Amino acid sequence: MSAPTRAEVCVVACAEVWRGDGEILASPFGVIPAIGARLARATFEPDLLLSDGEAQLVQGVWAIGDKPPVIEGWIPYRMMFDLIFTGHRHVMMGPSQVDRYGNANISAIGPFERPTRQLLGVRGAPGNTVHHPTSYWVGRHLPRAFVESVDMVSGIGYDRAAAASPSARRFHDIRRVVSNLGVFDFATPDRRMRLASVHPGVTVEQVISATGFELVVAGDVPQTRLPTPRELELIRTVIDPQDLRSREVPQS
Amino acid sequence: MADKRMTESQVVAELRSGMTIGIGGWGSRRKPMSLVRAILRSDLTDLTVISFGGPDVGLLLAAGKIRRLVYGFVSLDSIALEPHFRAAREAGTLAVSEYDEGMLQLGLYAAACRLPFLPTRAGLGSDVMRVNPELRTVGSPYEDGEEFVAMPALRLDAALVHLNRADAGGNGQVLGIDPYFDDLFCMAADRAYLSCERIVPTEELTATAPVQTIRVQRWMVSGVVEAPGGAHFTSCDPDYGRDEQFQREYARAAADPTAWAEFTERYLAVEEPAYRAAVGVVGG
Repeated sequence: MSAPTRAEVCVVACAEVWRGDGEILASPFGVIPAIGARLARATFEPDLLLSDGEAQLVQGVWAIGDKPPVIEGWIPYRMMFDLIFTGHRHVMMGPSQVDRYGNANISAIGPFERPTRQLLGVRGAPGNTVHHPTSYWVGRHLPRAFVESVDMVSGIGYDRAAAASPSARRFHDIRRVVSNLGVFDFATPDRRMRLASVHPGVTVEQVISATGFELVVAGDVPQTRLPTPRELELIRTVIDPQDLRSREVPQS
Repeated sequence: MADKRMTESQVVAELRSGMTIGIGGWGSRRKPMSLVRAILRSDLTDLTVISFGGPDVGLLLAAGKIRRLVYGFVSLDSIALEPHFRAAREAGTLAVSEYDEGMLQLGLYAAACRLPFLPTRAGLGSDVMRVNPELRTVGSPYEDGEEFVAMPALRLDAALVHLNRADAGGNGQVLGIDPYFDDLFCMAADRAYLSCERIVPTEELTATAPVQTIRVQRWMVSGVVEAPGGAHFTSCDPDYGRDEQFQREYARAAADPTAWAEFTERYLAVEEPAYRAAVGVVGG
């Protein structure tokens, strides 16, 4: 089997965000997070719930673009919010901007009153981040994505949660940010973003120069773990045989 | 059971400029498009529109019908960004209330329950509070002492929804997998208007589908419109899927004033039967 690609390392790094979550809904946005969530359930996190992206909870392992084999539940949009409010979910969203405290923007770039670039809107991000664990996927790690401060705080970060009422902090839990260059967490005393690992072939300096704010870099930064042979096989032959992952993160 | 059948034009005649109107469906899915098209042909203006937004919002914006838009997102699903919404926002000309989607749901539910607000964590600490300075928080009266966003009721003068089937009294049936928030829109409104692919005798509603598919009850509904293809070009599963080709044509036209003028003349300046003929037969 050929060596793992960057996209495959990213898939596994995304899968890892759900490790230990147990029987909750994993909600991935983006191709690589979707492959990651399916991989996590197929391997180390078998109790995860997954949806088909429409209104069904589904079991089994299935390819991106295919129909899942077994339906186990009904989750129309109306029930999704009930589930969010209960906290039984870990979402991985794909923000256009994220800052050092994990504030994330999916709403609009530039001033809100007259954006230079309108995006989707805040969607469920404000509610997600105060109700259940949240992680982020950024497929192109650039200074314009990892910014000093985001233009419209949609998902709230640690500084915002601290400044708001204890009700905002009670269930607030930004777990990890995964990019095409590395993995980041908030395991620092003041909850600033820390470089947790760099992907194979990426240097710490590369990550720092692609980041628009000062990252916490403590000691020797480990390398993101490689996919196991079994994981590679699942990714390549079962979950993403069309290699859509390489479109999201091309092999440079 | 009162017979509430009416036409799109009769529905629009009951609406007034300046009203707050909720539109059912979600994104580019099961939108009451024939009712929206009827509004486009009317003199109605200055509307406040509340929607899990799709091309309903785009078309009304393009026609200058909306004074304020209340939303959590606006998207065409298979095309991520709604072109008219994007243009209106980037021109800075539109008054907006952008909320978390869960806040929207609770605002509609508060209105349905005739409450002034409902408490929620959603919104706390986010810029939703900054860009909607009228939002207030509320303290728990119990020992926990927690503080929540007091999501105000989103009371509607009228709701517009499109379902698969209904009877003449307004019992409405969703045959697709997701009822979205349509019953909530109806309950939050002073008057709800339901269009559907086909009006059938009441007993037919449960002849081949379980009773749980009757999501909208006639006490929620003031008027019923038979509108075959009424959701076009959005999806109305299982009757028909989204017309992706037409949606692409819509998005392309929206990006260019000349193309949009042609699109308007061909598809939007005409009555519903001519529209159906122009886009090819759908639904029914």
